[in-house]
Amino acid sequence: MRLDLLAALNAERAARRPCVLVTDLAAGTQRLVHAHEIAADPLAGALENQIHLGKSGLVHQDGRDWFLSVQIPPSRLIAIGAVHISQALAPIAKLIDLDIVIVDPRTAFASLERFPDVPLIAEWPEVALPPLGLDRFTAMVALCHDPRIDDPALAAALASECFYIGALGSRKTHAKRLERLRGQGFGDAELAKIHAPIGLDIGAVSPAEIAVSIIGELVSARRQKPLRAAAEVAA
Amino acid sequence: MLTSEDDILLTAQAWKQAGRQVAIATVVETWGSAPRPVGSHLVIDEGGSFLGSVSGGCVEGEVVTEAQDVIEDGKPRMLEFGVADETAWRAGFSCGGRIKVYVERVD
Repeated sequence: MRLDLLAALNAERAARRPCVLVTDLAAGTQRLVHAHEIAADPLAGALENQIHLGKSGLVHQDGRDWFLSVQIPPSRLIAIGAVHISQALAPIAKLIDLDIVIVDPRTAFASLERFPDVPLIAEWPEVALPPLGLDRFTAMVALCHDPRIDDPALAAALASECFYIGALGSRKTHAKRLERLRGQGFGDAELAKIHAPIGLDIGAVSPAEIAVSIIGELVSARRQKPLRAAAEVAA
Repeated sequence: MLTSEDDILLTAQAWKQAGRQVAIATVVETWGSAPRPVGSHLVIDEGGSFLGSVSGGCVEGEVVTEAQDVIEDGKPRMLEFGVADETAWRAGFSCGGRIKVYVERVD
């Protein structure tokens, strides 16, 4: 592998842009295909398929074996609310290679004492979210219980490609939330993307248990695999 | 500490830029219950230091040894390990899987 290709690949990863390193295994030659170059590439179909799967793989085409090393950005979790549940989410996220960022304009909550090792942005979502860039490798959970903070964050997530959106609150709270978001012009199909009540239905009570149920739901969204029970009902 | 794939490719770049001779090993194909997915990397230097894994520890020793030849002559190599293979058995790859590993030098 040429060092300049390796450096370019690492730069794409740092910028959270997907790319694929294509190796002709017989010849040993390589090229780096950037996200915007995929459609025009001779291997476009295979490249798109592997990126969609989020997996590297070997393909046989035009009488040659090509290895597609797929680089997709690490999944990221933006937690709105420097609350107790977020304190439990942070270490679990780290274990499953999920980059967590916590956003909360209330400085009493968003303090280094409460979150010593976690990227923390003590700003309103309107300020904090645009520079983060909500892409399809990003998940968002709204945990504030305060519509002034949660609503604008959810609106931004709904307008993006976030792979998972969850919002804390009872069915009643969520019904009111949906009403407010409808008032902002969101349709039912969009609003259905919000997982609420948040998390898998495992009877979670403590903040740490709720964090586990949220992470479980998020992993299932990330792996794009329906729950076994849901799949059986569908079949 | 668990190292993510990110760290491994960044390490490969950093080692090379620091003047070390570097090879990258990549799992390109798996059959059966292979412990590491396709695309997993191992970075190796000329002194035999390595980071990452291609098999969860079973065949890393063999890969690191082969990588020395790749670093020496610059020719990529395709290695295959599996239970049917005497070398892999010796290396402890007894979980029933088979893997193909592509080893290349960073130039």
